[in-house]
Amino acid sequence: MVEVNFAERRPPALLDLSHLSEPKGWQHRNGTVELGAGVTYTRIVNELGAELPALAIASRTVGSPQIRNRGTVGGNLATASPAGDAHPPLLATGATVRAESMRGVRDIPVGEFFLGPKRSALEPDELIRSVSVPTARGPQQFSKVGTRNAMVIAVVSFAIALDLGRRSIGTGIGSAGPIPLEATEASDYLHAELTEGGYWEERRAIPPGVIDRFSEMVASAADPIDDVRGAARYRTHALRVMSRRTLTWAWESAGEGRPA
Amino acid sequence: MIVEFTVNGRLRSAENVWPGESLLYVLRERMGLWGTKNACEQGECGSCTVYMDGELVCACLVAGGQADGTEIITVEGLSGEDGLHPIQQAYITEGAVQCGFCTPGLVIATHQLLHANPDPSEDEIREALAGNLCRCTGYEKIISAVRVAATEMAAG
Repeated sequence: MVEVNFAERRPPALLDLSHLSEPKGWQHRNGTVELGAGVTYTRIVNELGAELPALAIASRTVGSPQIRNRGTVGGNLATASPAGDAHPPLLATGATVRAESMRGVRDIPVGEFFLGPKRSALEPDELIRSVSVPTARGPQQFSKVGTRNAMVIAVVSFAIALDLGRRSIGTGIGSAGPIPLEATEASDYLHAELTEGGYWEERRAIPPGVIDRFSEMVASAADPIDDVRGAARYRTHALRVMSRRTLTWAWESAGEGRPA
Repeated sequence: MIVEFTVNGRLRSAENVWPGESLLYVLRERMGLWGTKNACEQGECGSCTVYMDGELVCACLVAGGQADGTEIITVEGLSGEDGLHPIQQAYITEGAVQCGFCTPGLVIATHQLLHANPDPSEDEIREALAGNLCRCTGYEKIISAVRVAATEMAAG
């Protein structure tokens, strides 16, 4: 709509799906929330915080109340900006995008959805029907750096999702590469350390050295550039800090939730 | 296309609307409701904030065609026959209006806040008004206007 207002784009036709009821809702299916493409950030914040905490925290940082009342995860995905706030949580939780066209339905893992800045795996005839986000099975966190609290496009962002059942760690990096990225090596490293040290069972505090190494590996998984919002060096530094903090917060809640 | 919606309690329509023109354009240029202001046209400033089906939206980011069949309330719809709404009055008495360009959007956002939360804390006020930029007053007077309005409205 902004591009239309500024006459940068004059689409020959507009398709309004906002009056359809189905994309505005969600369903619980096989341990996931199948989130309709038209669910607003406001509803995610208000109604899905317990099931999809990282996505709800990220949704809370989107724009302003006015923007959250209209903006959707479906729209965020279709725009495919590397800075989209929903993307790191969707990567960290292993979400799946469901695209639909007259040819049929296909599921695209979110890790394969982004192809480049504002380019996605969606074909020209496809619409996003929904995105399936696994229901949280452990603490999740999201962190975003911007010049103020409201109305900012992320300079850099990071999400972490701990799955205490499967004993796995998911990560997502925003605004520090041509597409949203996962820090797979950092997750694998942390998983190995937690497993060898018996931390999954005991939920003791993770040694500072392990947290530092994890945050270094997250930072090196990024591929940032210098641009108007921030410098590449700053983004790398901020990622180190955010990954250390979010892991610490998430692991503290995992410890608090430990059965006595 | 013809776009028809209820605005401030009255059913109105506009003809020859290009579907991509914004609700803001329809309100201002086709219906003569100039209270809603046009500033950034990209959802950053909140000057065009209106109610659409009970929710705050930036009218510049709603395509005119999407407003068809909805219920819109603009700043013109807040004052009754007995004068200004207590929120409008509070903005005046607290000196929260300087150039006035952001005021209609802020008044609508304040209205929504005080209906959802009649006694908001300062943090809640700042959060609720985070999407409305004022470049004159520095927000302190706006926040005191919200507090005064809340007190007035609670007193009935």
